[in-house]
Amino acid sequence: MSDEDMMDDEAGGGVVKKFLYVNRKAPYGTIYALESLEVVLIGAAFDQDVSLAFIDDGVYQLTKGQQTDGIGMKNFSPTYRALEMYDVEKLYVDQDSLTARGLNAEDLIVPVEVLNTTQMAELMETQDVVFSF
Amino acid sequence: MLLHTVNKSPFERHSLQSCLRFAQAGSSILLLEDGIYAAIQGTQFQPLLQEALNDKKVYALLPDLQARGLPSEKIIEGITLVDYGDFVDLVASHSATQAWL
Amino acid sequence: MKFGILVNEGPYTHQASDSAYQFTKAALEKGHEIFRVFFYHDGVNNGTRLSVPPQDDRHITNRWSALAKEHQLDLVVCVAAAQRRGLLDANEAKRNGKDADNIADGFRISGLGQLIEAGIQADRLVVFGD
Repeated sequence: MSDEDMMDDEAGGGVVKKFLYVNRKAPYGTIYALESLEVVLIGAAFDQDVSLAFIDDGVYQLTKGQQTDGIGMKNFSPTYRALEMYDVEKLYVDQDSLTARGLNAEDLIVPVEVLNTTQMAELMETQDVVFSF
Repeated sequence: MLLHTVNKSPFERHSLQSCLRFAQAGSSILLLEDGIYAAIQGTQFQPLLQEALNDKKVYALLPDLQARGLPSEKIIEGITLVDYGDFVDLVASHSATQAWL
Repeated sequence: MKFGILVNEGPYTHQASDSAYQFTKAALEKGHEIFRVFFYHDGVNNGTRLSVPPQDDRHITNRWSALAKEHQLDLVVCVAAAQRRGLLDANEAKRNGKDADNIADGFRISGLGQLIEAGIQADRLVVFGD
């Protein structure tokens, strides 16, 4: 174990790590998007350096106009707009995933930063913990 | 550098393609569970794997290969076969692990 | 090195729990420490003591319980995910007015903060899912 690791152990709650939540699944068809968001909300209390990445069908989590009454499920898309209040402000969306789906940033319910493949890859490489659900 | 894990067949999901799009030169990719089907010679994904091997390490989990009746001589040249102990070493020797579920 | 393990899928349907178990066992054999195994999504179903697989199949829950006993592993089931799916310990059953609990030996129910803590405290976090 390195000295840095030892210091992390001693620091305990004072450690700040880079956490990336990778969202690659569409909402409602499976529960992953909703339960991922639940981790983000709880995790916000831990004062870590949090980023959210939306790639592949994960971009569908952020689309405007979701109406879930007909399927009897809760529309959780407004929660993405509330993330700012939890100091979760780094939302990154993959440009190619948007383009492949005929979407652009204006179709999304929350302001995001759109990244190209190289930028997203560099973001991933800097992370300490990568959560995929 | 990151260790990327892919556990889905490329014929069923897009995980491998997405992983390879974002995996940086010098990073590693471990194929496990149904992900190992991408490691076999002669599939439509062989060129994609061979391109990845130019600047990345690719590993496949041998117990998953054996379970599925795939002989190790059918693996694309350059892919390294590993066991669970090696998987542990790979996680330890990379900065973080990203699972492409 | 200290590892955190996240299991996102239940037993049998997906290989995720099997892979996580084999990885955890291999890490322990190499002398590493497992800070925590956290069960989320359908992964909470790994913690039921009511499963009765056929004799010639592996018993995924008992296998986790045995490994936990041997190595003092911290097996944590997410409370929110568990309540959705009907996995309760005695406290949760009482609190929610249910007439039974079903958590297996060696597992405990706790909050999602335990997953974040594992991310912070462990040197590496490995995710097993679908």
